Amino acid sequence: MSHAQKVHFEQPKEFKFSAANMKKIESHVAKYPKGRQASAVMPLLDLAQNQNDGWIPEAAMEEIGRILGMPRIKVFEVATFYTMYNLQPKGKHHIQFCTTTPCWLNGSAEVVSACEKHLGIKLGETTPDGNFSLSEVECLGACVNAPVAQRNGDDFYEDLTPENAVKVLDALKAGKKPAHGSQTGRTTSMGVKGATCLHEQAEKCGVKKC
Amino acid sequence: MPKLTIDGMEVEVAPGTSIIQAAEQLGVEIPRFCYHDKLSVPANCRMCLVEVEKSPKPVASCAMPCADGMKVFTQSPLAQKARKGVMEMLLVNHPLDCPICDQGGECDLQDQAVAYGFDRSRYQEEKRAVKDKELGPLVKTVMTRCIHCTRCVRFGEEIAGVEEMGILNRGEHLEIGTYVAQMMTSELSGNLIDVCPVGALTSKPYAFTARPWELRKTESIDVLDAVGSNIRIDCRGGEVMRILPRLHEDVNEEWISDKTRFAVDGLKSQRLDKPYVRKNGKLQPATWPEAFEAIKAKISGGKIGAVIGDLADCESIIALKDLLKALGSSTIECRQYGAQVDVSQPVGYLFNTTIAGIEQADAILLVGTNPRVEAAIINARIRKTWLAKRIKVGVIGPQIKLNYPTKYLGAGPETLEELLNGKGAFADILGKAKNPMMILGTGALRRADGLAVQSLARKVAEKYNMVKEGWNGFNVLNTAASRVGALELGCTTGVSFDDLLKLDVLYLLGADELPMDKISKSSFVIYQGHHGDRGAARADVILPGAAYTEKNATYVNLEGRPQTARQAVFPPGEAREDWKIIRALSEVLGKTLPYDNLAQIRQRLVKENALFGDIDVIRPAKWAAFGKDGKCDKAPFVLSIGNFYMTDPISRASKTMAECTEALLNSGDEKAVAHG
Repeated sequence: MSHAQKVHFEQPKEFKFSAANMKKIESHVAKYPKGRQASAVMPLLDLAQNQNDGWIPEAAMEEIGRILGMPRIKVFEVATFYTMYNLQPKGKHHIQFCTTTPCWLNGSAEVVSACEKHLGIKLGETTPDGNFSLSEVECLGACVNAPVAQRNGDDFYEDLTPENAVKVLDALKAGKKPAHGSQTGRTTSMGVKGATCLHEQAEKCGVKKC
Repeated sequence: MPKLTIDGMEVEVAPGTSIIQAAEQLGVEIPRFCYHDKLSVPANCRMCLVEVEKSPKPVASCAMPCADGMKVFTQSPLAQKARKGVMEMLLVNHPLDCPICDQGGECDLQDQAVAYGFDRSRYQEEKRAVKDKELGPLVKTVMTRCIHCTRCVRFGEEIAGVEEMGILNRGEHLEIGTYVAQMMTSELSGNLIDVCPVGALTSKPYAFTARPWELRKTESIDVLDAVGSNIRIDCRGGEVMRILPRLHEDVNEEWISDKTRFAVDGLKSQRLDKPYVRKNGKLQPATWPEAFEAIKAKISGGKIGAVIGDLADCESIIALKDLLKALGSSTIECRQYGAQVDVSQPVGYLFNTTIAGIEQADAILLVGTNPRVEAAIINARIRKTWLAKRIKVGVIGPQIKLNYPTKYLGAGPETLEELLNGKGAFADILGKAKNPMMILGTGALRRADGLAVQSLARKVAEKYNMVKEGWNGFNVLNTAASRVGALELGCTTGVSFDDLLKLDVLYLLGADELPMDKISKSSFVIYQGHHGDRGAARADVILPGAAYTEKNATYVNLEGRPQTARQAVFPPGEAREDWKIIRALSEVLGKTLPYDNLAQIRQRLVKENALFGDIDVIRPAKWAAFGKDGKCDKAPFVLSIGNFYMTDPISRASKTMAECTEALLNSGDEKAVAHG
């Protein structure tokens, strides 16, 4: 379930893109025909979010409106439409659980409740130490490895169980970088029973038996 | 030209016409929420679904252009089922608060739910609620009622030019919002109320005061600026409850300014409801005969002159002019601001291009004017033209904030002179334009060197070919509703302004903008008007007149278009219609004027100027020389209106307008900051 996005009550007065990001902005804007710079609003919002510890302040939206020559309300519209843009500060690790049908059938509800219990917070909340935020999202597009969760919009943790999900959280907390991908040792999206067919064809092509 | 049939009726329409427009031509009603004649077409409400032969699904008729041989069915079972479904979805989250909703009785959703909806709800779950938004002192919001047609968003973007509203969030949480918490800053914001098809945006001052079926509707004309917007006055009993716009494509289209709409509460306060006579330095209530006798005692022998106020109607102006003539005076003046402007040629004071004509222009030069404040409706037309053609607009005068891009050229007459010599960046643009136009504000003419500025402007117009066969691009933007009418009736005098204010007897017909302190102490001042404003404070005799909602009257707008205002209510107390007061006074003075009813005085108007014979018709003025060559002062132009919300006795008496002034001053928006 998505939530209505609201701006944070405490806002920085100013927001300026870093020099490196300004370069990236230039290349994003250059992708679109003249007069259509507004099309670059989404990558710019993403840059702003990454630069600002995972959330977008009002000042950033105004800055983007200024850079792209579009009314700030239009930037605000885009930022509130997509759940991937955070208008509220998030924890260092923002874990987003997919709970759409395939993940749910494979036990996402149990994974979520194990993580909630482990961290002592509910979905949509942030731990007091600011390390973790949990939220629920719709399909992340990795159904073959359901259930899945996503960290900070980049790393996917797949084939989660209540046990290995907690392990991932602990590793993150310890400052380690747990390997993303399947947490049960499965090779990418191969069937859970391993390779069961097309052996002959594979051999003919010179592929080693998996 | 595609030919199609709608419900079995054949119709041929222009290419690009949508099905909903074609149906309108045939008189076939298709329900709609998001579609609006004057706005872009988003096709998001889906209420206008119709069946089209060979189309597998119902079609949104507002967005589907007509094609040759199309067969459209608006009442087929498929179309009806589609509408019922859409209506049911719209009502899922719409509250059942019609009994306490101000839109009740004139609500598109209510009407269409009755006509096209189910008679009961199948929805058992909880409805959602949406937080209300703060849109300022004029527009009240109840956002839970919103059905997300986005008309208000499009109105803001396309007509008002303030892109402050948008669609936030999505799905179940979608709502109309402003950027964080922003007040809507536009002189046209009141139109949001009309545009909203439900009760989400309603009038704040009118909230909970009346129901539409209790109101008596009178079609009339607005006088709070010189545009002559067509309005509908809604009254209950003897009280004007609200003002709504009336469609006139050539004047105000479907919009009216906030002052036109909301200053109406000023009609209820500060009213003059009985005659007053000054005795021992104090104004005392009197009877009509007493007031007339007091005038009679002073008027014999003395030199008399009259000043016409900004809201005066043509009937009373001609009556006063005739009375003065009978008394042996021709000193009657309608320009309350003192400086002399050449008004010998109508072309020199009219808005010659006409309001609708603005759409043909491709370059506009604004001189000493802020159209956003002086005539918000004209500004909307300029913006409409800019949206359609990205025309170039140059500004000479104070720096102003308009809702389209402008090129700032300079502050005073010397910039105009430069332009005449072909210098400056805008000279090229004007030179290349096919239909260049200039709008000269009265701020540029209300100066000691007004005549020279006028002549300079004329020369610029001539140099850049602004006047030619089929096109007259020279315009003066008058701000007073009475001005053009009074000028057409010849209410100007050669007497200098200072001498005028020193006459023995001064008759002020609603004149409140005069420098009252300059009127000689010994002058006997008669004030005829409807509000206890500046003029009444100085008066020795007050004759209570009628406001524009209380009389049948003729006004000529800035284009030179005569229009008729109709009486909606009676003037309060002993106040009377203005021309009747003058007619009654003439009898007391022994100079009885020869008209006893409205028809006779209107015949008198036509006799004075044939213009009044054709209501709502503009007679193009012939180009001629006007103004007087001379040296222009270097001083920059000053705008004639500082505060949009308070320009006349009615809006000054209005509580709503005071709130607007306050809200905008506090918001720091420069348009409301007084500078003139």
